[in-house]
Amino acid sequence: MSDPQDTPTSYVREPEGTHPALDSPEYRSSALRHPARPLLYLPQDVTEITGPQLGPERVTEGDHDLTRQHAELPIGERIILTGRVIDTDGRPLAGTLVEIWQANAAGRYRHGRDDWDAPLDPNFSGAGRCLTDEHGRFRFITVKPGAYPWGNHYNAWRPAHIHFSLLGRAFAQRLVTQMYFPADPLFAYDPIFQSVRDPAARERMIARFSIAETVPSWAQAYEWDIVLRGPGATPFEHAL
Amino acid sequence: MIFAPTPSQTVGPFFSIGLPWPAGPDAVAPGTPGELTITGHVYDGAGELVPDNLIETWQPDPDGRFADLYGYGYEAGPSRLAGFRGFARSGAEIGDGSWTVRTVKPGPLPGLGGAEQAPHIDVSVFARGLLHRCVTRIYFADEPEANGRDAVLRSVPADRRETLLAVPTDDGYRFDIHLQGPRETVFFAL
Repeated sequence: MSDPQDTPTSYVREPEGTHPALDSPEYRSSALRHPARPLLYLPQDVTEITGPQLGPERVTEGDHDLTRQHAELPIGERIILTGRVIDTDGRPLAGTLVEIWQANAAGRYRHGRDDWDAPLDPNFSGAGRCLTDEHGRFRFITVKPGAYPWGNHYNAWRPAHIHFSLLGRAFAQRLVTQMYFPADPLFAYDPIFQSVRDPAARERMIARFSIAETVPSWAQAYEWDIVLRGPGATPFEHAL
Repeated sequence: MIFAPTPSQTVGPFFSIGLPWPAGPDAVAPGTPGELTITGHVYDGAGELVPDNLIETWQPDPDGRFADLYGYGYEAGPSRLAGFRGFARSGAEIGDGSWTVRTVKPGPLPGLGGAEQAPHIDVSVFARGLLHRCVTRIYFADEPEANGRDAVLRSVPADRRETLLAVPTDDGYRFDIHLQGPRETVFFAL
């Protein structure tokens, strides 16, 4: 994973529409929080093609298992959540930090500002971390989060989701996103999910059920691959 | 490009469950010579504070070397500064719209085409309401000569360059971020 020959010296510029528009009026909180002026072009130089590699400092044994952080097991449907972190060329990103956080099975976050009237679970904190293996694979054990109401519009509910944070190997690859569960009826009404305008791109945020990863008599599994942008066409000039 | 990238989604509220950690704001080991604080506030388009902001910074050490494990074709090699991480994450959601990292001033870097880049720090801005990170750069107001030669700064309209300049304080620098409005920070497409 540290072979210099294997390290991109530039990253592909993502096509328009890859990510949601920062100004997405249906998501009301974006109104005053999006830059109104056009983004300016930033060449990719050494600061952009390097990046932090947070390893043992951030991850300790067991951090991948959100069901084993307290004395008892949390309430809810235990699930395995696994997948690979790859780049747009299909190359696995090994040893990269994956951080997740989520609501509990009732849809409540363990956070002082979450005032929804759903129970907290004394056995669930809702945060996990791991490093990908040599194939770029991650694996978490957790409980399926619940949907929850929010104040964006009348009768607004967020579809069940798990927040994901990826560092990749370069500043240019940094990604924060959310993973959803298959066939959620709330998709049609959620302005955050719908902020990704391309239906095919929305599908890339939805995990799939995996009977192969499901462990008999223990936990169902969901599989989700995360794609970070890969090498660009233009080599970094210092590398020549 | 064979596979299409996974789309971004907002970091949301409540990210402090999962992302900050006690040493997160420290890009350097405590006690590193030259240690300083960069702090500021994040504002929305109405001039209101953004209390649920998450700021990440990435920079080289004073010699222009990064704490990067990978070979990236940059001849300077990895940082030799003990305990240097070069990455800091501020995201306590403490409610006052401020952010703070502890670091050292970065050194200048070689730039594309043989030019020198002025000392700078790359910044990712996340918040509830932001569906994708905003990328900006911190430059330093007390480096006028280097700034005057920097190709990226020179590409920014003169009347907006000031939004990228951190201002010296007693113990470091102040860098406010305006997501929108008359003082909107310059953000970059990367």
